Amino acid sequence: MTSVLLMLAILASPPYHPDLDERVMELAKQLRCLVCQNETLADSHAELAADLRQQIREQMKDGRTDMEITAFLTNRYGDFVLYRPPVNPRTYALWFGPFVLLAGGSIALLRFLKRWPGLMKCRPLSKDERRRATALLQFGRSPNTEVYREQFAEMESDYRTGFVDLEQFERDREELERRLLEDCRPTFRCRRGR
Amino acid sequence: MKFAFPLVLFVVLVGFLGMGLWLDPHLVPSPLIDRPAPEFTLARLDEPGRTFSPKEMQGKVWLLNTWASWCVSCRQEHPLLVALSQAGVVPIFGLNYKDNRGNALDWLNEMGNPYVVNVQDTDGRVGIDYGVYGVPETYLIDKAGVIRYKQIGPVTLEALEKTILPLIRSLSR
Repeated sequence: MTSVLLMLAILASPPYHPDLDERVMELAKQLRCLVCQNETLADSHAELAADLRQQIREQMKDGRTDMEITAFLTNRYGDFVLYRPPVNPRTYALWFGPFVLLAGGSIALLRFLKRWPGLMKCRPLSKDERRRATALLQFGRSPNTEVYREQFAEMESDYRTGFVDLEQFERDREELERRLLEDCRPTFRCRRGR
Repeated sequence: MKFAFPLVLFVVLVGFLGMGLWLDPHLVPSPLIDRPAPEFTLARLDEPGRTFSPKEMQGKVWLLNTWASWCVSCRQEHPLLVALSQAGVVPIFGLNYKDNRGNALDWLNEMGNPYVVNVQDTDGRVGIDYGVYGVPETYLIDKAGVIRYKQIGPVTLEALEKTILPLIRSLSR
């Protein structure tokens, strides 16, 4: 008798489908509740969310696919219900905009970096300036020119012994002359330009 | 001159962000605009034995107003609907959304009844078909049975004068 009653009780209890419930929640997690817009249909306690979960449940029971159910909802509430908006011409800016900005920024950065050495390079010294530097190097009487003179002597010996080649020697020499001129004439500035 | 391009970029960005500030995220554009109004057959509120269906309104311009006696903003828009029905500009039909019949009838007795016919959407299914997510919502349906406009939230005098009435005039021609 008790077993019959138990059987009846089991049969009478509302159908419980753990798989179905899980599927409903899985889909509801990807959908936005329109009432509490920052909540998913799965999380929301709004009455509409409960109604929509019920709709999803029934449609799943009827054998509809997730895609069909999603289409059912977007037909009524628009793409807004999707937490992952579809890729279409209206959402290109959303999907690809960040990459366009990244590419644009990278190009701008690369172009700037390419120009960087140019920005740091000084214009070559004029003939006049070189002559003056040579004169200072030879006849300058301040302690500073003395230091430069010693440095220059060292450079010359490095070149003579073959430690540096002519090209390197010329570059070092111009750099030295530049520093010398900047030192002895405060108004002389290495004008950095493009 | 050197900064012209970044400046333009900055101004454009600020423009977009500024526009975003003025948008109301609760106004979700309805995909049903310019689509046929979903069909339904529901029991009438006054005489549950009789039904109403939108196809009965073929060839006419009409308003479908979703409302409920538990809805506070419905109370706010109601006098405007009453005035609109008295002026006889457009027939208003009511979709009584997830409501109790007795409460709804009491409400109409108390507030006045601007509706030609009211139907009961007790379980809110028709509401879902119409994409209702917060009552009140009002749909303007044209002669061909196509939804032409949706007012989300209470109908205001401004919306009525600027949008709804001009649209009704042009659709009735």
